[in-house]
Amino acid sequence: MSDLLTAQHYRQQSRIVEHGTTVISYIFRLLSRSLVVGVALLALLPIAYLIIRAVDADDMMLKYLLSTQGLTVIANSLLLMVTVMIGTLIIGIPFAWLTSRTDLPFRRMWLILGLLPMVTPTYLIAVSHIFAFGPKGVLQQALEPLLGIERLPSIYGFAGTWLVLTLCTFPYVVLPLSYAFTRVTPALEEAASDLGANRWQVLRHMILPMCRPALISGMMLAGLYSLGDFGAPAIMRYENFIRVIYLQYTSSFDRHRGALLALVLVIITLVLLALARRADKQIEHISTGTPAHRTTNTIKLKYWKLPAIGFCSLIIGLGVITPLSTIVHWLINKTAVRNVEYDIAELTFNTLQVSVLTAIVAGFIGILLAILMRSSSSHLLQWVGKLPFVGYVLPGIVVGLAMVFFTSRYLSAFYQTLPILIVAYVIRFLPISLSATQNALAQINPRLEESAESLGAVRLRVTRYITLPLARSGVLGGMVLVFLAVMKELPIALMLAPTGFHTLSYRIWSAYQEAFFSQIGLPGLVLMLTSFVSLWFILRGIENQPLPS
Amino acid sequence: MKPSSLKYWALLIVLILTSSAFAQDTDDPLTIYSARREELVAPIIAQFTEDTGIEVEVRYGNLAEMVVMVLEEGGSSPADIFFAQDASALGALEKENRLIELSEDILELVSEKFRSHQDMWVGTSGRARVAIYNPTMIDEDNLPTSLMDLTDEAWRGLIGWAPTNGPFQGQITAIRVLLGEDAAKEWLEGMLANDVVEYGGNTSVVQAVIDGEVAMGLVNHYYLLQFLDEDPDIVAANHFFEAEDVGALVNVAAVGILDSSDQPELAEEFIRYLLSETGQTYFATETYEYPLIEDVDPIEGLTPLDELEPPDLDLSELEDLEGTLRLMSEVGVLP
Repeated sequence: MSDLLTAQHYRQQSRIVEHGTTVISYIFRLLSRSLVVGVALLALLPIAYLIIRAVDADDMMLKYLLSTQGLTVIANSLLLMVTVMIGTLIIGIPFAWLTSRTDLPFRRMWLILGLLPMVTPTYLIAVSHIFAFGPKGVLQQALEPLLGIERLPSIYGFAGTWLVLTLCTFPYVVLPLSYAFTRVTPALEEAASDLGANRWQVLRHMILPMCRPALISGMMLAGLYSLGDFGAPAIMRYENFIRVIYLQYTSSFDRHRGALLALVLVIITLVLLALARRADKQIEHISTGTPAHRTTNTIKLKYWKLPAIGFCSLIIGLGVITPLSTIVHWLINKTAVRNVEYDIAELTFNTLQVSVLTAIVAGFIGILLAILMRSSSSHLLQWVGKLPFVGYVLPGIVVGLAMVFFTSRYLSAFYQTLPILIVAYVIRFLPISLSATQNALAQINPRLEESAESLGAVRLRVTRYITLPLARSGVLGGMVLVFLAVMKELPIALMLAPTGFHTLSYRIWSAYQEAFFSQIGLPGLVLMLTSFVSLWFILRGIENQPLPS
Repeated sequence: MKPSSLKYWALLIVLILTSSAFAQDTDDPLTIYSARREELVAPIIAQFTEDTGIEVEVRYGNLAEMVVMVLEEGGSSPADIFFAQDASALGALEKENRLIELSEDILELVSEKFRSHQDMWVGTSGRARVAIYNPTMIDEDNLPTSLMDLTDEAWRGLIGWAPTNGPFQGQITAIRVLLGEDAAKEWLEGMLANDVVEYGGNTSVVQAVIDGEVAMGLVNHYYLLQFLDEDPDIVAANHFFEAEDVGALVNVAAVGILDSSDQPELAEEFIRYLLSETGQTYFATETYEYPLIEDVDPIEGLTPLDELEPPDLDLSELEDLEGTLRLMSEVGVLP
């Protein structure tokens, strides 16, 4: 039915097609080629820098990597990655389902709270978990008089690192998934249940397979993030590969060995991406059918409502309330000493400024690249689409140094200015918006576009009037994730932001580093509050967009 | 709000954000790269500007990131001054020929122990290594006299350390220089065998001692004073190892002028200010570090520097960080 409607709509549109379209599409093709080249070049910058530096490295690190110790830390990193992916899957699916498809009270609030761990620095979440659940933490002190427990089992090591990273990365799964869930055509679901399938069977055999691209790419982003995160393993004392890389830089100021190790990380990442691509190919992509004119039906939780609230509360309790109450505890119980004079409004403005601008630029490039990749089967283009993941997985210090290396030499007029900072952020966070857009596109029934084309429409117009409107919320969701990721970014900002340009995460880090705990309070609370309010408006904006007809 | 008006608001916000992103200031003030945190040094830098009228811009960052960054920037570095909490960072820059020689009148202010042998950097404040301990867990009479004693069975599982921390690694280098490679190795292995607990940084070590996770931690002396400022009720105390013990090492925060500086005279002015009575009094009373010029005393309660009797060792003898890291890795303390 709606296939027909869209086709009719399109025919009306194509009547007003002007004859100048060939010129436009020529220009478009030219632009798109330069975009592909540009993205490839930017993504290759960190790799080029690493190669330049690694050439001078001695073989000590290679020997180390091939030793039992070296292989163990790499294995530890991979173990962490895989288990975090599984963790995000286990938490992500029910959380996304509950907050998008059911009559859970305050759905949007839960969803937004679920996204907040993304803006909290991982070291801060780790510290707060030690504070609360460490061997001598708050929980132990509460239990001691009751049960006589003198020491809790250690949270340090793998368990704590896994928990913190799972909490920080499950938003990568939740947002795309909740978008995908709402896009499943109700007619299909109804048909399935008419045929006698129960709700679980519908979810397991129909909806989840349909949302598989969103799920897999979300898990991929989460996994690669945990491969490259330094804050959580450092605080939780988990020996992994990223710590070895950092140690080269931090202990001996050695750019060469660090670069060599980082190149190994790049190779690991590319192998993982190749594997993921093969797995991806084996999946038959099922589109979720035609978008409905009515929204998907809301499932009544009935007696499941309490357990559902309990589940969401547990996640939010660990991911948001624990760090938040630790901050508040510091704010109340520690005397403020040596306050730095700063303007909280300015910090907030700066933080929002880089986050919003990066989200827009990354979102825009993501759309163009995803559309190009979808309409072409070129292997080269597919790999150009994978390259940005390198900047995403590399430690921030490496991406920052690569930009320092190139811009201070060849673009010194722009060195340490905002535009360059934003370019560096795009190099780092493009994969987020790119994969969100790809997921959204994968859910569109190609027959829709084909039918428009068969009616004589030019590709460009199909994209403009059919593809983009259908993918809009997915694209915006990706931009939201970029926005959140930039909110807490620090190492790159420390190197590339204009001198004196400080963000909220800078203030938190600076106070934490010298143990001025009480001073983490204000910027910490403002960071969370700002994120909450922005998300409220953005998500409301997305939800209120009328579906295209 | 209707969706359409929301769109215009969004557009307006983006325009404001973009326009200010391209605003640039073009003047060239004295630029400091400081690996010391804003909380600790911003007040004295502001005071400098107030007293001398010299405008200063400061970029704060992590020690290692900043050193490597300056190395990558090469001659095009916008920075004039490098200010760090650890002499090894200045040593690394000196080794790469990125520092210029300081004037005699500046060098003279500070004992030879606390400055570069090539006259490229100078210490600005002292930081003593101590054992912070939890008095509810250790009796004052049983405190160890030497750092080397911590491998005794009595300390099993009671000590915390932060092996990735620069000053800690400096401590290991000092053991190697003073007592020899074998002694250092033996000590590290003994500590591991004694179930030493590893932490990610000094702050975590101090917190763990206060919480009673461990009884004693190896850190710098001023952390305790800072923690006490924030919360006078915490129970912890500093223990200085006995005179001339390798554990009684004193390290310095230091400053140097980069070869890329286009205003080295102003930069020297800044260093003179840090080593003036005003500057030194600031470090003594505000960051609880040891002043390095003669006329200023450390804050009450701290053993004066000359009574502290650190081991007979020049800080520039601690430059072989490489060997220390190799040793720590060999023993399994570091990856």
